[in-house]
Amino acid sequence: MGKHTLTARQYGILALVSLCAPLGDTCLSRGMTRMPAMTLDHPLTLVSVVFTPWIAAGIALLIGFFASYLTALSWADLTFVLPATAFGNVIVALLARVWLHEQISMMRWAGIALITVGVGFVAQGPSRTERPEEIAARQESETREAAL
Amino acid sequence: MTSLWAAVAMIASVVLTSTAGEVLTAAAMKSIGDLDLIREKSGMKGAIKAVVTCPLFFAGVFFLAVAFFALLFALNHLNLSLVAPASASLTLVTNAIAGKIFLKENVDRRRWAAAVLVCIGVYLLAH
Repeated sequence: MGKHTLTARQYGILALVSLCAPLGDTCLSRGMTRMPAMTLDHPLTLVSVVFTPWIAAGIALLIGFFASYLTALSWADLTFVLPATAFGNVIVALLARVWLHEQISMMRWAGIALITVGVGFVAQGPSRTERPEEIAARQESETREAAL
Repeated sequence: MTSLWAAVAMIASVVLTSTAGEVLTAAAMKSIGDLDLIREKSGMKGAIKAVVTCPLFFAGVFFLAVAFFALLFALNHLNLSLVAPASASLTLVTNAIAGKIFLKENVDRRRWAAAVLVCIGVYLLAH
């Protein structure tokens, strides 16, 4: 693999991917559990919930997630982005502990530890697989820099 | 009661369609190029145009939509505590395999280890 390292801005995009998806899901879940039970007999009620504050916030966050996810995939490998952004699960678990005072079992702490180690593993490696032509171009520019 | 094979088929449908969607979307974004550079050059409109004129992107979104409905169908028959962690963690592994085969990504030992650790971690976190 090549030497692709990320800029601070690109780390920011990965952080957005990590945060927006679980927070968006949490907003949708919170909004939907407060709604009365819905049936397919009245499909328009599903449309009307889109305009309630929690659901609207959830949708906005998920749009933010998709935009930042697509941006990340344009400069990093899929096999880098997916594990790296799994850290969002840990953040949500910790938020649930701090804000909602939920109990975190030993099993969950073990899960948090494994995800953190996994994210650390992948984040230390290169973000993108270089194609042969990219390797040739990089080597050429390195040779040129060395000559100067 | 849902049989074991029906449960396996439902979870497999979610995992496979989701993997197809992720891989097609990643292939689309790779073919488009760095969106940050496109935005610097042609503005936000140029970046949006580059994405929405790529057929692979729509193929990816189609499979992601199918995966979403497959997940809803599975949730209708199985418990959330089974479907959510099983599909989330298995998708990480199938994506690593598909990324290596179809996207020719260099999935080295570091990435395999990360995928497996995160996969087990997500499973434990959801229990």
